[in-house]
Amino acid sequence: MHEEESATLRNTAILIAGIFLFWELAYLVVGEVALRSPWQTIQFLGKLMQTDIFWVHLSDSLKAFAAALVIAVALGLLIGFSLGLHRLSGDAIEPMLVSLYSIPKITLYPIILLAFGLGISAKIAFGAIHGIIPVALFTLSAVRTIKPILIKTGRVLKLSPTATVREILFPAAVPEIFTGIRVGFSLTLIGTVLGEMFAAQHGLGYLLMNAISLYNVDLIMAVTFLLVVFAASVNTLLLAIDRRLHHG
Amino acid sequence: MSRLRLYQLAVIAGFILILEALCLAGVIDKITMPPPHIIVRDFVSMVLAGRYFDDIGKSLSNVLVAFASAYVLGIATGCILHGYKTARDILDPLFATYYAIPIFAFYPLFIIMFGLGDGPQLLIGLLLAVVAVIVTTLNGLDRVPPVLMKTARVSGLNPLQTALRVTLPFCAPYLLTAAKLALAYAFIGVIGSEFIMARSGMGYEISYAYTNFDNATMYPLILMILILSIAANSLLSHWERVLLARRGQK
Amino acid sequence: MSAGQVTLRGVTKAFPAGSGGQVVHALGPIDIEIRKGEFFAVVGPSGCGKSTLLELIAGLTAPTQGQIEFEGRPIQNIPDGVGVVFQEDACFPWLNVQENIEFGLRQKSIGPEEKARRAAAAIDMMGLRDFARSYPAQLSGGMRQRVCIARTIVAQPRLILLDEPFGALDQQTRLLMGDEILRLWREIGATIFLITHALDEAVMLADRIVVMSARPGQAIDLVETGWPRERDSRIVEHENFGSLTSRLWKSLREESLKTMGRTGSAHE
Repeated sequence: MHEEESATLRNTAILIAGIFLFWELAYLVVGEVALRSPWQTIQFLGKLMQTDIFWVHLSDSLKAFAAALVIAVALGLLIGFSLGLHRLSGDAIEPMLVSLYSIPKITLYPIILLAFGLGISAKIAFGAIHGIIPVALFTLSAVRTIKPILIKTGRVLKLSPTATVREILFPAAVPEIFTGIRVGFSLTLIGTVLGEMFAAQHGLGYLLMNAISLYNVDLIMAVTFLLVVFAASVNTLLLAIDRRLHHG
Repeated sequence: MSRLRLYQLAVIAGFILILEALCLAGVIDKITMPPPHIIVRDFVSMVLAGRYFDDIGKSLSNVLVAFASAYVLGIATGCILHGYKTARDILDPLFATYYAIPIFAFYPLFIIMFGLGDGPQLLIGLLLAVVAVIVTTLNGLDRVPPVLMKTARVSGLNPLQTALRVTLPFCAPYLLTAAKLALAYAFIGVIGSEFIMARSGMGYEISYAYTNFDNATMYPLILMILILSIAANSLLSHWERVLLARRGQK
Repeated sequence: MSAGQVTLRGVTKAFPAGSGGQVVHALGPIDIEIRKGEFFAVVGPSGCGKSTLLELIAGLTAPTQGQIEFEGRPIQNIPDGVGVVFQEDACFPWLNVQENIEFGLRQKSIGPEEKARRAAAAIDMMGLRDFARSYPAQLSGGMRQRVCIARTIVAQPRLILLDEPFGALDQQTRLLMGDEILRLWREIGATIFLITHALDEAVMLADRIVVMSARPGQAIDLVETGWPRERDSRIVEHENFGSLTSRLWKSLREESLKTMGRTGSAHE
């Protein structure tokens, strides 16, 4: 097991090195007109993090994202449990939820803007609708595919209904529900940033779009870099927890 | 019609009826959304008059270009990576994390690099779609049972014949899954980019209509996008299910 | 009622079928007496109601007609002192081996140290010492079944019901598991009720074997092996082994053919 883990770490290190190398080469080819080197970007990001305006926009994004995530997880769990426990509803509505994945949800954003106005609630709602779907679908699946033999075992060991839910159904469902939350996290982040890239005045997404008209390549590269690193690292962490929960 | 289908139709019909009722009652005001029957009316008149056909055509052709390039590139890359374990192991963490990354965040960078045209949109669509194709292709190739490959060898097939007559047919359901995913992602990438910033295309027209309070244009266009994306996805899903059912899988 | 530890009299079980509303007569009428401390096996074509019989004795389901008693009392719900090992893998994937086995003591009001001690004893008895901290996903099918058996015996049941526990294992592993079960049986002194479709396994392990007919299952033969209590898999070399197995097959063959005629296979 130790060998496997060190090999994975080595491969990831090679991958990251490769990406930075590719970036550096791209910079050397394209030049200052449209790119910055990795080192320049990191330096600029450092400077950026010392300005107040950056933290204002960052906290805006984080606030919207956090709220959207909480709503997505709460509603997703609720929908997932209800559909999972009621066979007919689950069978009927699951394919409909799955087909929602293929819609460019950004085209629904104007409707949300019209309904919620131009404030932060529209961003939160938009982020939330991205995350609800995976949480609901994975929760539904988790509840539906609990092995009947485990419930039978609970009966044989004379567990009360509440004890069965608490000590068998819940732990049996947690790994898959967590996967749903992991995917929901990423999709909510993507949705929140996307929402900020349109008709917004606050947030990291807004900073990105604004930087185009200002032709501020440094800012674009720094914010993009920050978003990618944040999304990738949190997801990797959640993946590690996910694997742990699935116990080898 | 099965109980399931009836239930689904009831849910959709119920949803539309509730919307209609809320709009007519004034709970949802006209500025936010017109009643569904008005949207449908505007949609029909838009289609019959052939308005926005240029934009629709442009968007769809960009989607197809993004889809086709992602599909071909993805399958080729998948096939190559399948043969080189080290390269695949190195790229694996990237594939695992890829869809957690906001690819749209690269759109401003691409606009700076290539100017505001089709290029950045196609690139976003391609980037969104290609990894799904690679991963699905790898999955399919992984699952070819060794016994089939042994049968091919014993029957005297050379590598090309094996690929065409054994591997390819076996992987057909996966190729279909890859197409379904690639089309969905290409659609999301291109239309999304058009929406955020562009000069033409369906996404652009929707955002333009929004900024100009033109619900009569905006809602039919949104409906058009919904119909196109759901129809394409349903068709490919159905085909996928048929193929898998033949294999005794779900 | 007679002195058997488990007695069934005139027991039948019928299930209301799904669409069409036709009632399925799964079992019976059947009369069985299981003596305390014996190793009792049931063989029969698949679908004859063997598992239903086990569920009736376990108290997981109630008979449509007739009476079942365990230790002189009618069975209502799962009686105390009865343990069940199922055919499917019933290990809890989120607990390691030790925790899985300790779960078997859940209903007992004993302290955590005592639970750990008894679980350790069961782990030793089933040869799982090196795997106490492993998770089921890391173990083979045979090992997982041993965990399930350990989880059952840790509660010191007086009657152990085994529903084709070795069905998913290969032949050699089954023979070894058979030895383990016999050793366990002698060490714990419980009554064992085993369902199996493998005739040689039944003959090797059991004191008495009941042969069941095709659905609805009824007892059509009762075979006494007369083996000594101290036995293991080498009993297959005994001169009676072959004739006992053939006797089972003679009774069973016709019933299996009946099932085959109905479904096109020897299984329902």
